[in-house]
Amino acid sequence: MDKMPRWADVVLIPLISLMLAFIASGLVVLAIGENPIQAITVMVKGALGSTSGLGYTLYYATNYMFTGLAVAVAFHARMFNIGGEGQAAIAGVGATLVILAFDWPHWALALPFAIMGAALFGGFWAAVPAYLQAKRGSHIVITTIMFNFIAAAVMGFLLNGVLKNPNTQNAETVKFPAGAHLPTAHEMLAPLGINFSKSAPLNISFLLALLCAFLVWFLLWRTRLGYSIRAFGQSEKGAKYAGISAFKIIMISMFISGALAGMLSINVVMGEQERLIKEFVEGAGFVGIAVALMGRNHPVGIILASILFGMLTQGGFELLWEMPNISKEVVLVIQGMIILFTGALDYMVRGPVEKLFLRMHKGA
Amino acid sequence: MANAQLKERQETAAPAIELVGISKAFGPVQANKDITLSVARGSIHGIVGENGAGKSTLMSILYGFYKADAGEIYIGGKKTPIPDSSAAIAAGIGMVHQHFKLVENFTVLENVILGMEDGPMLRPSLAKARKLLQQLSDEYELSVDPDALVENLSVGHQQRVEILKALYRKADILILDEPTGVLTPAEADHVFRILQGLKEQGKTIILITHKLREIMEITDTVSVMRRGEMTATVKTAETSPEQLAELMVGRKVLLQIDKKPATPGADILEVKNLEVTDDKGVKRLKGISLEVRAGEILGIAGVSGNGQTELLEVLGGYMPASGTILINGTEIDLTGKHSDGQSRRKRGIAHVPEDRQAEGLIMDFAAWENMIFGYQNDPAYNKNALMMDNAAIRKETAAKMERFDVRPPIPALQAKNFSGGNQQKIVLAREIERNPDLLLVGQPTRGVDIGAIEFIHQRIVELRDEGKAILLVSVELEEILSLSDRILVMFDGHIMGERDPAKTDEKELGMLMAGMETNGGAN
Repeated sequence: MDKMPRWADVVLIPLISLMLAFIASGLVVLAIGENPIQAITVMVKGALGSTSGLGYTLYYATNYMFTGLAVAVAFHARMFNIGGEGQAAIAGVGATLVILAFDWPHWALALPFAIMGAALFGGFWAAVPAYLQAKRGSHIVITTIMFNFIAAAVMGFLLNGVLKNPNTQNAETVKFPAGAHLPTAHEMLAPLGINFSKSAPLNISFLLALLCAFLVWFLLWRTRLGYSIRAFGQSEKGAKYAGISAFKIIMISMFISGALAGMLSINVVMGEQERLIKEFVEGAGFVGIAVALMGRNHPVGIILASILFGMLTQGGFELLWEMPNISKEVVLVIQGMIILFTGALDYMVRGPVEKLFLRMHKGA
Repeated sequence: MANAQLKERQETAAPAIELVGISKAFGPVQANKDITLSVARGSIHGIVGENGAGKSTLMSILYGFYKADAGEIYIGGKKTPIPDSSAAIAAGIGMVHQHFKLVENFTVLENVILGMEDGPMLRPSLAKARKLLQQLSDEYELSVDPDALVENLSVGHQQRVEILKALYRKADILILDEPTGVLTPAEADHVFRILQGLKEQGKTIILITHKLREIMEITDTVSVMRRGEMTATVKTAETSPEQLAELMVGRKVLLQIDKKPATPGADILEVKNLEVTDDKGVKRLKGISLEVRAGEILGIAGVSGNGQTELLEVLGGYMPASGTILINGTEIDLTGKHSDGQSRRKRGIAHVPEDRQAEGLIMDFAAWENMIFGYQNDPAYNKNALMMDNAAIRKETAAKMERFDVRPPIPALQAKNFSGGNQQKIVLAREIERNPDLLLVGQPTRGVDIGAIEFIHQRIVELRDEGKAILLVSVELEEILSLSDRILVMFDGHIMGERDPAKTDEKELGMLMAGMETNGGAN
């Protein structure tokens, strides 16, 4: 044996990292004179302790799954897509246009078309930087960041102009027709006799996210296109040798990435807000980068990381509410600490654990 | 045992370097196992061994890059711990790496004093270095223009700068790692003269190489490493290349390939007036014309960087060019839509690229994923328009690994976990088993151990005997001479001439490689 067992890699190391993160954040909480045990309890309880808390956690996790998968697909083609924020926003416009275009008789009919609208718009918003990268060599990191700003401006323009609901002062569209209402967790689970919180925004998009995770796995590891994407991402020279077109791979992978980021708008715009508002993405596009990193760009890892980040977001809100002495900034520090330990400081834990296993093996 | 070594050490008059019981493990891999080595002052000592035998690790320990798990180092009879490379320099050890560590846009002088400046201002150091450099170059045939930018120097001159750097740091012991890998035979001879000169001045030289010819030519003593162990240390005069090869591999090895005369058929590949200009506007190929016939191996010799890479890339479909290329009499597209690797493969061209790690393989992919690399569009590997048939690919990979003796024969193992020779066997298995009309082979045995070289050469000759055309590009003259049926020498983007391997030798080829006309080309 020259490696440690897989369970240690997948379960033990993240667990140790998480413990270290809790200890470090505990020290921060202690430093501002609050009880760390209480803080952690509030966070965990707030995120998982009730169906309402769980509903919010999984609702946020849904968003992160979409953006995390978006980053991962692009990353496998060695494209660093930082534009999830803008792609999701523009996708919201696409979904909204589809939903407002008809008086939909049933959500099951509206959903596939809304998905198409969101995917097309989100994919397009990623395809423009992709084209500039593939044909002109403009760096994708720079252009996708810039496209976030352009997206924000476009949203402001549309929601204060043609798309604006004339009956309010807010920059938002009219409420979506009732026929486009997506079933919430409460509505879906009631027939099964489960009384899930009515207030939680968790909706059927969660299942869509899981489906997307499966499709991404299938694409990357079961199809020829995925093979080519991964080959190109691993070695551009190798791809040239094999006759894999760089232009094609960059365009396709970025379009898929943008479309996945765009699915976030199904969850938030269609599932929760039921109208298009200006800043509905709320940073989830950026969290997706951390999620993809922590999830090692693998769909299963991304699902797990998304749920962790969903817990952090929801637990953080709860902490703000329950412990007024803990400010928003401290919550950010705690969240950052967990990301730092589980994501960035992986090798700090990995090295010693690996050595330990080797020594145990040698001793045995 | 330890006592005996101690006694032995006291008896000999303080060798320049003495290593006692050096061991080093990387995780579970034992790179060096209880190595004991003694190098006499003022001698040239060769170290040979296959890739992964532990030569580089041992030298890295000596130069302070790695710390040994166990063992001691004695320099001039004195126990000297070497925790880092500055300690090595202080102990008088200099190292010339295989890949030079020079700042390209600095002058020779600036490179020489780098890290050895006497004070915050450069001028005094530069003046001092200039004087010393002059002295050194007179003494050892080490002339280089001190004010030339390193990037403008030839590879041979860059190597001299590396040697000067070491001497400027007052090195008494010089370690050279594969010093002739990138040189023409003439340049290599020059380096050897320099090394002889240094030896006569009392310097000690350790030469790491896999070229047995060089070992025989220049060293006084030679040590053979195998699988992390020092298997033998012998006087060079008392050994032979065959014996060294056997010690390296652990079994008898055929150094000379046994092949029948070629029976060439029709032209498979015809290249006419091929020209390539790179993106900097420099002409890389200046009107190349050649043909390769069925059932023959055409060898292209040349120092790397004289257009061979471009020639392979054009033929492989990933570099645009002008001119004409015919395959089996039909022209192929050189710039347009059908000028990519996929179109070339459809025309029956298989390609073993020069750089297998960057091009021929995806290092993070499993062997089975690599076994279809470039052929992923073949219907045989796909269940339908979308899905690949992974199970079928794995099965086929297992069979190919078996036939090409890839070790370990595990299709799920990532390419990076195979040794250089086995990686190359994966690429060869993939390309040869496509049964191509034309096989392009670039540096088939670069970084490949001797045992695998024999196997790879045999496979290439077998393919020839099946009536396929083979274009072989190699910087190893021995390889070109032993495999080719005809030899073309490339220099500066054009062909210097054609030679018959039976009627030429390394010396003549070497002159052609350096751009000098010889009069043997009349045939």
